[in-house]
Amino acid sequence: MRQPDYYMTNNKSIKIAIASGKGGTGKTLLSTSLFYTLQQNHKRVTLVDCDAEEPNDSVFIQGKNTSTTDVTQRVPIIDEVKCTFCGKCHEYCSYKAIFIIPPSKIIKVMEDLCHGCGACTEACKFGAITEKDVSLGKVNTYSVSNTSTLIETRMRVGVYSPVSVIKKGINQASQNEIILLDSPPGTSCPFIQTVSRADYVILITEPTPFGLSDLRQSVETLKTMNKPYGVIINRAGLGDSSVQDYLKQNSIPLLMEIPFDKEIAANYSRGEIVAKGKPELQEKLLEIFKDIYEKYGISNN
Amino acid sequence: MELAIISGKGGTGKSSISAAFATLNQNIVLADCDVDAANLYIIFNPTHQDEQVYIAGQTAVIDYSICTNCGICKEYCRFDAIHFVNGQIEISETSCDGCQLCSRVCPHSAITMVNNDKSRMYSGAFRNGKMVYGRLAPGEENSGKLVNMVREKAKTIAKENGLSHIIIDGPPGIGCAVISSITGVDNVLIVTEPTISGLHDLERTLEVVSKFNLKAWVLVNKYDLNPEMTAKIEAKCNSLNIAIAGKLPFCTDVVDAMVSCKSIVEWKPDSALSKEIASIWKKIENNLQ
Repeated sequence: MRQPDYYMTNNKSIKIAIASGKGGTGKTLLSTSLFYTLQQNHKRVTLVDCDAEEPNDSVFIQGKNTSTTDVTQRVPIIDEVKCTFCGKCHEYCSYKAIFIIPPSKIIKVMEDLCHGCGACTEACKFGAITEKDVSLGKVNTYSVSNTSTLIETRMRVGVYSPVSVIKKGINQASQNEIILLDSPPGTSCPFIQTVSRADYVILITEPTPFGLSDLRQSVETLKTMNKPYGVIINRAGLGDSSVQDYLKQNSIPLLMEIPFDKEIAANYSRGEIVAKGKPELQEKLLEIFKDIYEKYGISNN
Repeated sequence: MELAIISGKGGTGKSSISAAFATLNQNIVLADCDVDAANLYIIFNPTHQDEQVYIAGQTAVIDYSICTNCGICKEYCRFDAIHFVNGQIEISETSCDGCQLCSRVCPHSAITMVNNDKSRMYSGAFRNGKMVYGRLAPGEENSGKLVNMVREKAKTIAKENGLSHIIIDGPPGIGCAVISSITGVDNVLIVTEPTISGLHDLERTLEVVSKFNLKAWVLVNKYDLNPEMTAKIEAKCNSLNIAIAGKLPFCTDVVDAMVSCKSIVEWKPDSALSKEIASIWKKIENNLQ
């Protein structure tokens, strides 16, 4: 930790996603701790909070808000004077977002269902459709130190899908040397959008049947995506050994175990970065990071 | 009557509470609507009486024997899903939203749409009633629609079998799957934990819930891990006129029960925790009538 890392002289970059199938296994705990550790070691690091539905990293990491970008989507506006109620926009819409009763001359856009694909605009031959922007959420950037940045994706409450906001947040981070992606839970679209951008995925799980079931699903998904990954078991000591057994049987690397500890839980509950004041945890995280960086970092030369 | 159990933040104990409620009763339909990470089947090992395919939208596929690489589709795609890769046009399966516009504008009709048909809905019986659960295939969207399908099935089963209560184990977050899980239910129970993240997520969840006309309850799980934060959560709920259903202490019995594929009320029926859960259920059930 004391010596400069000669191999990290800006010639490599890496994106690491911190993910889990199951919620509440410690993604945010790990992301903020890893970010803190790298920051303490003067690395150029950006953490992107990709859990746009429930972003929490900014609770743990304070910084100066340097920019806020609105993320918008296009939705159609139908001019009922120009509209001939031909129904072609309705036919083109794959999301059932246009409701039409031609005989009664009723046409309505269900903005909640609209994905902003523009098919209706293309369909309309009478110039009756224009588009407007609606807000999906925000991307907030915080400067944490000279070398570290937090980017928070925050979906607007009531919006159906966080995917556009997540994409925007990750795109804003694309120039940094080390990028950590605190992923949304699950293995559906938001998760895929996040991990598909990563060079390496750390899966964090807990040693319970639920944890194992969701871990399996995450592993299967990452295999089909050809992503390298390793596993961290959080709250080790609770539950049973089925996760360890599964990892052994499938030769999946176990990166570390974080023991169950009420002190960790209490610190986390107060919004403290768990690695703060835990030099042994920082050392271990740095070691894991260095291994990943060496093996999976992308050479910029 | 339908009760949805949601949480905002993941891992607060939704499924453990749902399992406990389900095993306090004999006349239950349990609907696992956390279709992205369905877990209750692990505890209940339900029979598979019925399996249905769920079509989670479509994906565009290029027929390269027809494609002239003109790139018109790329111009129209608003999901950044179409790119030239090494000089050849390609559609990214993960970014494609299934809107079909590329297929419609292709001058050579080289693009067709294929159904995303890997997701499933299962239903059957478990030891305390009937159960329905959905499993969304990895990477697929529209989980809200699968949630609707699970809930419709649960309602049909309840009607056919004269079962009075439907318990919905909902997904985390505040997106479409959550909205689908609570639309039209009578009661929603939000399980939270006394952490600053838990409180933050609860606030966003309450904001979503406030858009619906339903009775909302909050349950503070593992309340003793941070009594101060628990007090903050209670104060927040009081200020918003949200009922506190109860508080449960942190207890490793819950994990042991799960490891043994039992709910906590099956595992330690006489424990203080199980009794507290039973009294919380009674409180909510009285309101369900």
